[in-house]
Amino acid sequence: MLKIKNLHATIDGKEILKGIDLEVKPGEVHAIMGPNGAGKSTLGNVLTGREGYDITEGEVEFLGKDLLDMEADERAKEGLFLSFQYPVEIPGVSMVNFMKTAVNEKRKHQGLQPLKAGEFLKLMREKKELVELKSELANRSVNEGFSGGEKKRAEIFQMAMLEPRLSILDETDSGLDIDALRTVAKGVNALRGEDRSSIVVTHYQRLLDYIVPDFVHVLYNGKIVKTGTKELALELEEKGYDWIKKELGE
Amino acid sequence: MTVNTAKYTATQDLVDLYNGNLAMWEKDSPEWMNAARKEAVEHFQKLGIPSSRNENYKYTDLRKWFQADYNVYPTYVERDMEMRELFKCNVPEMDTALVLTANGWYSHKNKAIALPEGVIMGSLAEIAQSNPEVISEYYNQLADNTNDPLAALNTMLAKDGIVFYVPNNVVVEQPIQIINMLQSHEDAFATQRNLFIIGRNAEAKIIFCDHTMSGHRFLANNLTEIFVGENATFDFYNLQNQHNESGNLTSTYVKQAASSTFNSNVATLHGGLVRNNLIVRLAGEGAEANLSGMSLADGKQHIDNFLSINHEVGRCNSNQLYKNVLDDRSSGAFTGKIHVQRDAQQTNAFQRNANVLASEKAKMNTKPQLVIDANDVKCSHGATVGRIDEDALFYLKSRGINDKEARLMLMLAFTHEVIQNIRVESLRDRLDDLVEKRFRGEISKCHNCAYRCG
Repeated sequence: MLKIKNLHATIDGKEILKGIDLEVKPGEVHAIMGPNGAGKSTLGNVLTGREGYDITEGEVEFLGKDLLDMEADERAKEGLFLSFQYPVEIPGVSMVNFMKTAVNEKRKHQGLQPLKAGEFLKLMREKKELVELKSELANRSVNEGFSGGEKKRAEIFQMAMLEPRLSILDETDSGLDIDALRTVAKGVNALRGEDRSSIVVTHYQRLLDYIVPDFVHVLYNGKIVKTGTKELALELEEKGYDWIKKELGE
Repeated sequence: MTVNTAKYTATQDLVDLYNGNLAMWEKDSPEWMNAARKEAVEHFQKLGIPSSRNENYKYTDLRKWFQADYNVYPTYVERDMEMRELFKCNVPEMDTALVLTANGWYSHKNKAIALPEGVIMGSLAEIAQSNPEVISEYYNQLADNTNDPLAALNTMLAKDGIVFYVPNNVVVEQPIQIINMLQSHEDAFATQRNLFIIGRNAEAKIIFCDHTMSGHRFLANNLTEIFVGENATFDFYNLQNQHNESGNLTSTYVKQAASSTFNSNVATLHGGLVRNNLIVRLAGEGAEANLSGMSLADGKQHIDNFLSINHEVGRCNSNQLYKNVLDDRSSGAFTGKIHVQRDAQQTNAFQRNANVLASEKAKMNTKPQLVIDANDVKCSHGATVGRIDEDALFYLKSRGINDKEARLMLMLAFTHEVIQNIRVESLRDRLDDLVEKRFRGEISKCHNCAYRCG
């Protein structure tokens, strides 16, 4: 599904990603852990097409296509989704209108007719229930005045609406209490499937109790320096990252 | 009638045009209008057409706009407009009474509209003759002819316009839509003088739609004096949609009595040069003025909103919210003066001016000016000039919305904050729709909305 080969990226001339290799197959959940500044968020941004980064080397293939060649909106329409660490508030753009535009743009891309008003509202209702998003939030402007937890829930709601093939969850657990974490994880797990994959970027092992990964990678200094299974996450939780630095001879 | 056209290029030409045709300018006007002219011409001669040396016109040099061979109309000229066409195009599904003016003159094709008893809506020229007692004590009481050349020029050349009088305790439920058209077979300069008197406890709403109906070069210099009586509420909306070879100069002078409310909203969609002067006197305790506006400009358009709010007494509120979206080589200016006079305690005065520059070449000058001579006052002002929010843009794109559509959504959201202040729902919806069309570059071909936008 996703093949990243030797990916290097810089921002303002500073190299952040220094040769990432990663392959995600259909149905897999990959966790990416690592200390602050390792390049975790940069990886999500580069994959989803945020401007401001220079790709200096490497390639990324997504569902057989050259991902880096596509605009951000095309990547989304091809089935890529980023749950933002800090979702943006957009006063004046209603969540309903935002989602209707996004869903129908994607349908157009797939050669489908836009959803009828009734069908769209039904879809909204189903997905809201799935992530227990309060109706009043869906009727407001995008993320405006939402609490930290509500914003994350709204991210998963959008993910459920768009049904991506590959979701990148960037620190979705930050700022969530345990109940919210459970609900968000429930939403994510409900969307798991044979042809759907996720990359879960997190600081803490806690989220991985709820979204159980097939693989855990440690991103450090712009590179994946260690790969294991969910047990690796527990080990990191217990020992921190220093032992990895030692292994690397730092 | 001897002359109904004349040509001039500058201040002295305008003064000569007036002095050389004195009988024509004074004809059919009452003595008190003509007395006002005599004073105004002296002020105008002294002040001259505003250049950037005039501090209040620093960002809008009007001299080049006056340097054209315009025709002027000191007498009524029948225009070949089809009323039916205009009615067809009015704000759809909107229950408004419709009134037309052409090149500053109240159209003789207007039919009487149904209004509550005692309410007067009609031609200044006519009412100055038929009911002078209603308006003579108000006329020219607010226009600042001494200091503002556009006011002086208007007073000097004013022949006609709209009079709207609402007696005490009368509520005019239906909004009145006034279509101010510029229509001619030659380049033209128009002068319109309006006088609105809203009585004690009265309520009314007026919508001005400023349009050009032919592709000639136009310059309009309109002035409106508004008296809002004690505890009265008056809403004044202005949709400006003239073609981009025309200049629209509007001056609105407002005096508010105690506990009155004045709401204004000006939306500029097209127009080569637009200068809106809005001068508000909060002259009675507890008065409130809510003033908002927005403009969308591209090409070489220049939009200048100049506000001066005077808190003359205590316990009054004023709110200003103005937004501009400037693209291409367009430019904008905003000046927001707030003067809280001595003893005007417990004043609340707020001002916000937000601007988005959508291109590298677009320019905006914004200038808050606060003079506060009282001590128990809440005042705030904020001005921003920025580009489109890149984080928000990426957020929308990351959900599959293309760049163009995402930018449009953000621009609509930006302007909607101003539009939502309009208290006539159908006009609000209409504006949202027009703004979207304007952003998409597919402004409606309906005459009432835009005609030959250059």
